[in-house]
Amino acid sequence: MKINLRVWRQKNPEIDGKMVDYQLDDVSEDMSFLEMLDVLNESLSVSGEEPVAFDHDCREGICGSCGVVINGIAHGPEVTTTCQLHMRSFADGDTIDVEPWRSGSFPVVKDLVVDRSSFDRIIQAGGYVSAPTGTAPDAHATPVPKKDADHAFDAATCIGCGACVAACPNGSAMLFTAAKITHLGLLPQGQPERDSRVIGMVDQHDAEGFGGCTQIGECTAACPKGIPLHTISRLNKDLLGALARGEG
Amino acid sequence: MAIKTLSPRAQASRSTVALKALMAVSGLIMVTYLLIHMYGNLKFFQGQERFDSYLEGLRNILYPYLPHGGALWILRVVLLGAVIAHAYSAVALWRRARTASARQGAKRYHSNQNRRGVQRSYASFTLRWGGIIILAFIVFHILHFTAGVLHPGGDTDSKYQAMVNSFSIWYVTLAYVVAILAVGFHLRHGLWSAFATLGANTSTKRRRNLNIFATVLAVVIAGGFLVPPLSIAIFGYGS
Ligand code: HEM
Ligand code: SF4
Ligand code: FES
Repeated sequence: MKINLRVWRQKNPEIDGKMVDYQLDDVSEDMSFLEMLDVLNESLSVSGEEPVAFDHDCREGICGSCGVVINGIAHGPEVTTTCQLHMRSFADGDTIDVEPWRSGSFPVVKDLVVDRSSFDRIIQAGGYVSAPTGTAPDAHATPVPKKDADHAFDAATCIGCGACVAACPNGSAMLFTAAKITHLGLLPQGQPERDSRVIGMVDQHDAEGFGGCTQIGECTAACPKGIPLHTISRLNKDLLGALARGEG
Repeated sequence: MAIKTLSPRAQASRSTVALKALMAVSGLIMVTYLLIHMYGNLKFFQGQERFDSYLEGLRNILYPYLPHGGALWILRVVLLGAVIAHAYSAVALWRRARTASARQGAKRYHSNQNRRGVQRSYASFTLRWGGIIILAFIVFHILHFTAGVLHPGGDTDSKYQAMVNSFSIWYVTLAYVVAILAVGFHLRHGLWSAFATLGANTSTKRRRNLNIFATVLAVVIAGGFLVPPLSIAIFGYGS
């Protein structure tokens, strides 16, 4: 298939970038989106041009490093990661716009690569449990209701890709933050630090400059892992509760 | 950044989540008022005498424990506080959102495709400008019916007559219809958002139900407000 690409090219964080047109004449619909970009980069290299920089690692939808905005939608038209998106989702002759995540808190490093270390700092502000490590305890030592375990596990599938921020009209990272609050808050191991966790993570979320949530839901629609919107309601309740309890 | 010197708790009580909760609570106070106000307006259909004496009766709530009009002034102070809290948090969150989204909100991508996102509603992206329209309307509305500074169609002591006079003029009715529709859209997203912000959204099913509830209440409030002016404007009711 023939594809007209418009790709964001930006040399470094200091200078502004622009959309640049490329044409690919021989794209297979079985290629993944990243393989299509690989093909573009090969031809750019051959003609002595700078290849397009983009992030990727596992290419199987689990690491969260890939992710670009395709035709204005984070990760493109299917609800999956960019690496798991295939060219059959597009039609022959389509024009495809490819841009980096845009957020004040995700500065562009180069082309399609953004700096997502703000996410790491949110996790560092409380997205963990302080537990003595050692040999793994027996699986049934601390019983967890099935429903809670399932919901905690669903929330734990967040891969930290940042699509939620890219999709949010307010540039909020609440879905990412709430996924971790929900994951740990539903489990017994997460209880001792529950209040200080939500306070620390929300403070860091705000300090990083992310916007506030207005319950629009674009994040959850873009999330490749289907993290549900009600995790955010849960975070809010936890934060308001923690403030009311006066601890943490 | 001065904010770094605050304790984590103090900082969290000023966070986007706390601001949003303030917005939700102040919004819900105003919604409660709107429901009562809308219901009261429907007494218009009981005729001039009963409508005007109902409005007079509002001034005598809890009289003689409160002075004449006292209850109304308490209500006004509460509502003014709610408006200020609501507008303050709206502006603070709006500014944050602009910084967080490279100053352009949802329009920050160059692509012309999917400009309206995947699923966000008309009501959700008109919230901010809609709020400003409503604020401007509230000022006009108070000058019109409460203070009586503006009296399109002729000055009168009867609020019933003032309604008939005003809504017999097409552009006054139009202004009210626009404002009420703006309130309807504002409530359609705002109500859902307020409930979710306060922690009521606990599942995907609950999300759907809260949205249905918000839509129904928005339609009831906007619809109820629309009936008196439209009856006057279209069917010449009361004249
Ligand atoms: C008729 C009176 C009003 C009522 C009943 C009302 C009600 C509400 C409610 C319940 C919300 C949802 C709160 C939330 O999102 O958690 C909301 C949101 C909002 N209101 Fe109002 N409101 C009114 C007037 C105003 C005015 C006068 C302004 C102008 C400053 C305004 C600006 C906003 C904004 C900007 C939002 C959304 C902010 C955001 O979520 O980004 N509202 N409103
Ligand atoms: S919540 Fe979803 S979209 Fe956001 S970082 Fe996690 S996996 Fe990505
Ligand atoms: S490259 Fe790992 S999720 Fe796409």
